[in-house]
Amino acid sequence: MASKKKTDAKGEARSVRTAGDPALDREMLQSMLLQRRFEEKTGEAYALGKVGGFCHLYIGQEAVSTGIISQLRPDDYVIGTYRDHGQALARGVAPRAVMAELFGRIDGCSRGKGGSMHMFDRHTNFLGGHGIVGSHVPLGAGVGFAIKYRGGDQVCVCFMGDSVVNIGAFHEALNMAALWKLPVLFVIENNRYGMGTSVERAAAVDDLSRRADGYKGMDGIVIDGMDVHSVREAAAKAIARARTESLPSLLEIRTYRFRGHSMSDAVSGTYRSKDELEEYQTMDPVFSLRDAMVIAGTLTVAEWEQMEKDVAATVQDAWDFADQSPEPPAGALYEDVLVDTTS
Amino acid sequence: MPIITYREALNQALREEMSRDDRVYLMGEEVGVYNGAYKVSKGLLEEFGENRVVDSPIAELGFAGIGVGSAMAGLRPVIEFMTWNFALLAIDQVVNSAAKMLYMSGGQFNVPIVFRGPNGAALQLGAQHSQAFESWLAHIPGIKVLSPGTPYDAKGLLKSAIRDDNPVVVLEGEMLYNTKGEVPDHEYLIPLGKADRKREGGDCSIITSGKMALVAMQVADQLAKEDIHVDVIDLLTIRPMDVEAIYESVRKTNRAVVLEEGWEICGIGAQVVDFIQRECFDDLDAPVIRVHQADVPMPYAKNLEKIAKPDAAKTIAAVKQVMYRS
Ligand SMILES: Cc1ncc(C[n+]2csc(CCOP(=O)(O)OP(=O)(O)O)c2C)c(N)n1
Ligand SMILES: [Mg+2]
Repeated sequence: MASKKKTDAKGEARSVRTAGDPALDREMLQSMLLQRRFEEKTGEAYALGKVGGFCHLYIGQEAVSTGIISQLRPDDYVIGTYRDHGQALARGVAPRAVMAELFGRIDGCSRGKGGSMHMFDRHTNFLGGHGIVGSHVPLGAGVGFAIKYRGGDQVCVCFMGDSVVNIGAFHEALNMAALWKLPVLFVIENNRYGMGTSVERAAAVDDLSRRADGYKGMDGIVIDGMDVHSVREAAAKAIARARTESLPSLLEIRTYRFRGHSMSDAVSGTYRSKDELEEYQTMDPVFSLRDAMVIAGTLTVAEWEQMEKDVAATVQDAWDFADQSPEPPAGALYEDVLVDTTS
Repeated sequence: MPIITYREALNQALREEMSRDDRVYLMGEEVGVYNGAYKVSKGLLEEFGENRVVDSPIAELGFAGIGVGSAMAGLRPVIEFMTWNFALLAIDQVVNSAAKMLYMSGGQFNVPIVFRGPNGAALQLGAQHSQAFESWLAHIPGIKVLSPGTPYDAKGLLKSAIRDDNPVVVLEGEMLYNTKGEVPDHEYLIPLGKADRKREGGDCSIITSGKMALVAMQVADQLAKEDIHVDVIDLLTIRPMDVEAIYESVRKTNRAVVLEEGWEICGIGAQVVDFIQRECFDDLDAPVIRVHQADVPMPYAKNLEKIAKPDAAKTIAAVKQVMYRS
């Protein structure tokens, strides 16, 4: 079912992407397509000034969120970075609530107080979008600590960018997670750059997954992040390890961002070439799966067109909803600073 | 006089000081190849090479410490934090290493280092990216804290900071980089620890610094039309504070408003009010009023953010209040 070769999203022999179980494939395709079209719409909203602040699109990385999150149970936990729209959607946070958050409205999943970088949703155990590079990695370990403390069999997935492996908090968290055997998947979304700095210019290690070597019992794995089946398969193994043996893993998923670092950064910029970008675009995770399914005969062109229509309708509905949602009332400014313990 | 941006003024200061002293180097995230996250270091890599313009990994605690260690061994680092929000990860090196070294070594090791970067809120960046750190840093003996609001001040102060033999923190304004002002062709320095009177008036003092100095000037110009004349004292250096400039102004106007970007509790304004009540108690005709950010983390929603921030309207209301006008 998965790709034939297990290397990476570039450099090594190209994986042959294949289709798998038709119903599951359709679900994953739909999930990834939703993220893609939602993010394109977010870009439009940003250009119109409906979305403000720093806004980091997920386009190109959809196989990571969908591949991992589709293997989780509803009672598992997800935590990640400011590049969080795609993961929130993959986790099942309502597109309306994500868009309303981007618009800074009361119906947003963080009541308009968080914005693009800080999506939170208690119903889906989505513990946030975090804005300080690396600082949420110990939080992910802490969620694992709580699971183990209570004797549960949930897992926590902690998404992070490639630059996180160079920051102290990452090492502190991984050491304790290995030392105390915490059920956490540390997932590096290696899109090759932290802003304008390539991985090679920032990390004194070639395979980021090798960072796991310093921590006893931690598996370090490299995965092709343009192929949702490879991601799913690796996730399944790591999740099983975490659930049954309470062991942490470090997954280095090789992917690529098709847009600039944020909305204020050029799409290709001076730090990477247009050719490089175009080369990765030929490995587009969404269209690769679509094409594999069409070739395998599990998706017709008409079905694809219908899927596009359905997704477009969902995204438009999210936009309309967000546009009509009221701004938070002035009184909300002073709410939520502390839990009210006076009554 | 040439008119340049705040960003260009800082760039000139760095370029001039790096040319003047080869012990001065710049280190931080994206300062080289990317030309700076806010383009302050534009062209410096090309001019000075990668020995002296060093792109670091995202590792604030580490590279701030590398800066301090290299200063103990004779260099004069300028450490750029992409924003001061991220410097929280490095605060141990600023507070426990840089600020303490001279004292705990009994005067043997000074640390001639500059920590600089954008401070304060921009637009809709949310709770973790919209913080003003003046009072956090000014609390610490052993460092100097600067907060320039104009291109002229930014250039003159940064040059002095680089030449200072002590750790100096420079709080720039993210919203200021594109603002313009006159900066002379010839070389100049602005002494640390000296305030600047930005507007002259006899009715009320506004004591402020940084981005808020621009707000105060706007307020002064607007109130002048109502025949209210405000004395704007731009502190420039928050620590050590130019208390004499504050006293002189308050003795003249008998009324004061303290305007700052950060939060109220234990803020800079609290310290200024303390200085005023100690030395100018008998000169005051009204209680001193403070204008500051609402006592909440910064919200993302545009409407809430506007209510949370200090601005010209709130400052005008405060001036009128201390003047018992409505
Ligand atoms: C501690 C800290 N330093 C700097 C920043 C500014 N910053 C935000 S994202 C980013 C790059 C992160 O790259 P990476 O971890 O690869 O994630 P990606 O953006 O590629 O998803 C930087 C430098 C920050 N948010 N936090
Ligand atoms: Mg990256």
